Amino acid sequence: MIDTDPKTNTDQKPNTDQKSGCCGCKKLAATKDVPTQSLSRRNLLLKVGAGLNGIAAVLMGVPILGFALSSFARKSPQSWISLGPLDRFPQGETRLAVYRNPVSKPWDGDTAEVPCWVRRIDPATFQVFAINCTHLGCPVRWFQESRLFMCPCHGGAFYEDGSHASGPPPRGLYEYQHKVESGELKVLGGHLPTLAEPL
Amino acid sequence: MLRSIALWLEKRLHITKLFEATGGHKVPPSTNSWFYVFGSGTLLCFLLQILTGTCLAFVYVPSTSQAWTSLQYLNNEQFLGWFLRAVHNWGSIFMVAIMTLHLIQTFLFGAYKYPRELTWVSGCVLFLCTLGMAFTGQVLRFDQDAYWGLGIGASIMGRVPFIGAQLVHLMLAGSTIASETLSRFFSLHVFVVPGMIIALLSLHLRLVLTNGINEYPKPGSIVRKQSYATEYEEMVEKTGVPFVPNVIGKDLIFSGCLVIAIVTCALVFGPAGPSGPPNPTLIHTAPKPDFYFLPIYAILALLPAYMETFILLVAPVLGLAALILLPFYSGTGEKSYRRRPMAVVVVLLAFLTTALLAYLGTFAPWSPHMEAWSAVTTPPAYIKGRSALELQGAILIQSKQCRNCHSLGGEGGRRGPALDTVATRLTHDQLIRQVIQGSGNMPAYGKNLRPAEVTALVAFMQTLRPSYQAPARDSTQVARR
Repeated sequence: MIDTDPKTNTDQKPNTDQKSGCCGCKKLAATKDVPTQSLSRRNLLLKVGAGLNGIAAVLMGVPILGFALSSFARKSPQSWISLGPLDRFPQGETRLAVYRNPVSKPWDGDTAEVPCWVRRIDPATFQVFAINCTHLGCPVRWFQESRLFMCPCHGGAFYEDGSHASGPPPRGLYEYQHKVESGELKVLGGHLPTLAEPL
Repeated sequence: MLRSIALWLEKRLHITKLFEATGGHKVPPSTNSWFYVFGSGTLLCFLLQILTGTCLAFVYVPSTSQAWTSLQYLNNEQFLGWFLRAVHNWGSIFMVAIMTLHLIQTFLFGAYKYPRELTWVSGCVLFLCTLGMAFTGQVLRFDQDAYWGLGIGASIMGRVPFIGAQLVHLMLAGSTIASETLSRFFSLHVFVVPGMIIALLSLHLRLVLTNGINEYPKPGSIVRKQSYATEYEEMVEKTGVPFVPNVIGKDLIFSGCLVIAIVTCALVFGPAGPSGPPNPTLIHTAPKPDFYFLPIYAILALLPAYMETFILLVAPVLGLAALILLPFYSGTGEKSYRRRPMAVVVVLLAFLTTALLAYLGTFAPWSPHMEAWSAVTTPPAYIKGRSALELQGAILIQSKQCRNCHSLGGEGGRRGPALDTVATRLTHDQLIRQVIQGSGNMPAYGKNLRPAEVTALVAFMQTLRPSYQAPARDSTQVARR
């Protein structure tokens, strides 16, 4: 009888449970008209059910969190990219150069194009600066006549060698690692420079 | 027939019971006030945002290569696309504004006090979520400002100690601003944050129903934990009126006016942007955030460098903690703002600070006027009757880009002081020193100017004074004489 009609028990219980105001398990055990066999069976089912759902939560939760937070474990796949032949950069001048981000995807569009400033000091010496102001990342502009980089956002200024000239930036411009290979200027690029992770 | 349908539905849906527990619940008659309409107004804005946002998502493409084009399509090709974009933009502006009023009203009326602590806390988190919607929404309008705005966000994250680099990667969904960054912000703006808002809003409304609406506070009536709940219950029992239909009238009028205002603004001002295409190689741009974030943009230009990281990272945490935990350190006592002068001062101060910073942010006097050196001319009066050397200096002040930061005749940058009367402030020697060495916010030009150029520049600047004002004098020379 107990096994055939467990529903009636569950339907009747809540009223008495609510009065006790707790989880109800102990109250149930004390209630005489409920056979202990059904109680332990229900307890077991509850525990197994809760346990299974716990496992299910882990099975789903871990991959979902892992997927969503995967970029937290920072990976900066940097590689050498060409900025073009050396004769594009006249000596004593600073020119804008553009490279395509080495980790770009086909649907990135224009955002995969990364600009940078190339200063050629003498035939063999270069400096390559990130476009981003070290204050808050806005694009700095080169002014040939005053030989300054100026930032449009909060008025930071840098000298032609990238060092801090005035304004709020906490340091000089970010400088790319670079090398000259088979007549081309190459930089090590692949991530947005920030104070935590300069180039 | 209709009656039988209604009864059939009633039997299954228990509408009467639902109504009694929600719209028909009793509220203190004092809440029938124009000050109590901002909550429902905010809710209405949110519903409007869901409606227009859903429609926009029919057309918008969350891909860095197509987003800008799809916004242009919405503006120019899609039937009424411009209108929905405009309503969505103005809806967000009104939502932030009305929500701020709601926050100020509940603060000044002491509504956060016992037993409505959780209503306040959930409201504060809702406010943050709404600002989150504003920022993520600004990114979805994927133009130049959005692109560089992401860079600014990443730069701020990069200042967090120890895990800064990881946070930058988490925010950008990778090592650069690219397609996955936009997809991430799309998901946040369309699924994650609205989901959180709906959940929190349900809790917020549920709490309003369980704890009752705050009565219009009378000066001198003190909240005590021992007695407040029973006093409130008795008052509602005795004098309470059903929210619908007795009190909802003013909410309805306000909501109606709100929709009319939003639609009017949308029709008159049209959609916002997009500005230039989000191509990072187009560097001739001066990124600026939407008005909600202008105060932050402004404060970042005005703070001394050593305070920046603290103000960016620690101050907001402290400020938010003070706001959210308010009912836990000021949960009882006087409710009325008439007896809480400090509360009024705090609101006025906060309002003045943000308004002033937003005003400054609009004009950004700290930013160099990037085109002034070639686009702004020297006033003729400043050239008339000058010697050859002085005229050469006048040319240098243009060509060396001095005008980008210094104005003449009211035109040019405002980063540095105007030069119209510079000769009354600095002597010949001081001018030379200032040009060569710079100081404060001025770069040193010693390396970039030949001695002859400095001589010409200073000769010109020494003529910059009104005829009735004497030039600056060297005080040591005067003493010797």
